Amino acid sequence: MLNGKTAVVTGGSRGIGKAIVLKLASLGADVAVLCAGRLDAAEAVCAECVERCGVKAKAYCCDVSDFEKAKQTVLAIKAEFGTVHILVNNAGITRDGLAAMMKEEDFDAVLDTNLKGAFNMIRHCVGMLIRNRSGCIINITSVAGLTGNAGQCNYAASKAGLIGLTKSIAKELAPRGIRCNAVAPGFIDTEMTESQTDNPLLAAIPLGRMGTTEEVAEAVAYLAEASYVTGEVLRVDGGIAM
Amino acid sequence: MLLETIAKIIAERTDCDPAEVKPESTFVELGIDSLDTVELLMSLEDELGMEIELDQKVETVGELIAFIEKKQQA
Ligand SMILES: NC(=O)c1ccc[n+]([C@@H]2O[C@H](COP(=O)([O-])OP(=O)(O)OC[C@H]3O[C@@H](n4cnc5c(N)ncnc54)[C@H](OP(=O)(O)O)[C@@H]3O)[C@@H](O)[C@H]2O)c1
Repeated sequence: MLNGKTAVVTGGSRGIGKAIVLKLASLGADVAVLCAGRLDAAEAVCAECVERCGVKAKAYCCDVSDFEKAKQTVLAIKAEFGTVHILVNNAGITRDGLAAMMKEEDFDAVLDTNLKGAFNMIRHCVGMLIRNRSGCIINITSVAGLTGNAGQCNYAASKAGLIGLTKSIAKELAPRGIRCNAVAPGFIDTEMTESQTDNPLLAAIPLGRMGTTEEVAEAVAYLAEASYVTGEVLRVDGGIAM
Repeated sequence: MLLETIAKIIAERTDCDPAEVKPESTFVELGIDSLDTVELLMSLEDELGMEIELDQKVETVGELIAFIEKKQQA
């Protein structure tokens, strides 16, 4: 159970992030829900947590790629919740295209949100975790970061980078009892994959279907309590990246 | 004054005599590793009521004092 713990989830307004917020709240955690712009959606998720689980929940608008904005948001969370025990870096975007035609801004935007965004949040939360001498960080990467994917060089690079970040942070903070792990989803049914329904890769999923956001959230909940697991990348992908 | 505050926090942490903490003492000598310094800074932030963002490596107590004094002036 996560009673008395405070979890911060970026990109918690919809999709996988929303399922993670609801799962952690169902285990008793108070939740700070970050979104890029859809504050009403994040607030609706918070309302659901309060109503269904009786936990404390608050929504924040925070572009995680902005170092200063991330800092201000973490300070606001600290003022509201006191400290942070669990940080889930889930915010992510795609700007797919072949490398040969990719705009510089599309490469940068994806790296800035997916990779630097996670660093920014870790950078500003880590002092609290170090002080608590416990805590856990979970980064949502992707099987694309493990295997690469044509048309997603920016996205795959950001997600592979996230794995390097995860393992480095795990090593850096293990002496303080802080764990850092990653979850690598495969095809999960969300807005991000709406346009993928006829992707031929779907037929290659050994379990024969897309995953649900709840199935990813289960993995996050496991890692939140897996006291002897750190530096691990847990695939939740129906077997596609075996 | 800053030295006293730092000495007190370090002494609490390592069980040493606060008088042993001098400007020239290195954190390594005092048994304070780099993660401890992060913690030390957070305790100092509370004590001093100011925000201290350490973005460089400090090796001695004196260097830390100089760093904080510079921040206080800014
Ligand atoms: N869906 C999949 O199949 C799949 C597979 C592998 C990995 N993943 C990863 O799982 C994570 C969640 O994916 P999803 O499918 O749930 O995505 P989604 O439905 O598109 O939702 C993205 C979430 O991220 C937020 N966000 C986007 N940019 C942000 C920024 N700069 N700062 C803060 N928040 C930001 C959005 O906030 P707003 O609502 O305010 O826009 C939204 O809450 C991503 O990291 C993604 O790469 C997804």
